[in-house]
Amino acid sequence: MSIWSYANPVKFLTLSARVQPVLWVVSLSCVAVGLAWGFFGTPDDYRQGSTVKIIYLHVPSALMAINAWFMMLVTSLIWLIRRHHVSALAAKAAAPVGVVMTVIALLTGAIWGQPMWGTWWAWDPRLTSFLILFLFYLGYIALWEAIEDPDTAADLTSILCLVGSVFAVLSRYAVRFWNQGLHQGTSVPVATGGRSVDDVFFYPLVLSMVGFGLLFVALVFYRTGTEIRLRRAAALRARVGRAA
Amino acid sequence: MRALLWRDLALALRAGGGFGLGLAFFLIVTVLVPFSVGPQPDLLQAIAPGVLWLGALLACLLSLDRLLALDFEDGTLDLLATAPLPLEAALSVKALAHWLTTGLPLVLLAPVLGILLNLAPAGYLWLVVSLFLGTPALSVIGCFGAALTVGIKRGGLLLSLLVLPLYVPTLIFGAEVARRGAAGQEVGTPLLMLAGITCATIALMPFASAAVLRIGLR
Repeated sequence: MSIWSYANPVKFLTLSARVQPVLWVVSLSCVAVGLAWGFFGTPDDYRQGSTVKIIYLHVPSALMAINAWFMMLVTSLIWLIRRHHVSALAAKAAAPVGVVMTVIALLTGAIWGQPMWGTWWAWDPRLTSFLILFLFYLGYIALWEAIEDPDTAADLTSILCLVGSVFAVLSRYAVRFWNQGLHQGTSVPVATGGRSVDDVFFYPLVLSMVGFGLLFVALVFYRTGTEIRLRRAAALRARVGRAA
Repeated sequence: MRALLWRDLALALRAGGGFGLGLAFFLIVTVLVPFSVGPQPDLLQAIAPGVLWLGALLACLLSLDRLLALDFEDGTLDLLATAPLPLEAALSVKALAHWLTTGLPLVLLAPVLGILLNLAPAGYLWLVVSLFLGTPALSVIGCFGAALTVGIKRGGLLLSLLVLPLYVPTLIFGAEVARRGAAGQEVGTPLLMLAGITCATIALMPFASAAVLRIGLR
């Protein structure tokens, strides 16, 4: 029994049906508790006041916006190498979730930036690379929509995802050449282990990040299931069409 | 390979519209800028490198539609895919022909348009150098985009959406070289990055384009 057996759509659907209720409950309660704790249970920041509380939406959504693309990269590779249809459909299912996360991150960032920096938008490396990531998502989704044959669409979008990842990383570092850098440094630097936020803010933030991560997984499970059923419906319709 | 190159060049030159169209578009974009932002010389001088780069990029984008679509329609692409010449090589040649007919003329025209935009005297050399180094990458990336959208109806708009994000790094470094050159600053780092992007895309993108095209023709 390996993980590859879940490439079978039936097995995947059975598993996801079993896991999903738990995932929904855990993820939604994590998000709800994390956000409520963050909004009502923490004191105002000494400098930023209550506006800092948008961090509980902003940071997790930004995190998931990047990780969603990374997940699409991995599933695209699996599709190209082992041709498991569920993998390609999971990538397709993740893209709209990723684009919503990107939009949330951009919007909350703008709402946060207005009182803090006095501007809705700045051509800052981090902001700009997120905007470009948003464009990549749009192109990816548009390509899925434009192609009729599902296997061709999966192939082409997978290669686009691979090439896009390279260029997304490249843009990420290219935009540093603007080097004004209004955006603050990362709040939870994983590499160094240290962190720039106090425990009071940190715990609800982590809870909210975990919640967003699980919520993403639950949404992808749900949407992948929908995609599989849509594919089945199309196959059935084609069979009926042939018979008639 | 040479025959393919001559064929593509001849087609681009004789088919009418395609060759001159990009240049005319570049000219129009540049002329429209002073109307839209106002004709103050200082302002124009400040934005000239960026505007010229953006104009070159858009002119290049305009011609991508024709790069593979016509050959797809009359079946030439199927012949190329089954020919003994590897598809990667054929696409590299087509990208080269595209660059020779759009990129190179844009490089040569850019200094002339620089006069219109009151480009700083020190900027001409670096503008030409940056465009000369950067436009091949635009052609090669554009070839990938054209290969992605070749079988799709009304793929032109989709092509722009797919290709423009990929153009971002090239645009950033190219315009940065031109801007620093015009301002009399040191240009080494962005110049090297631009050259690196061009070399990497020329080396790798034909493989991605060929893979995508094979799927599209399947």
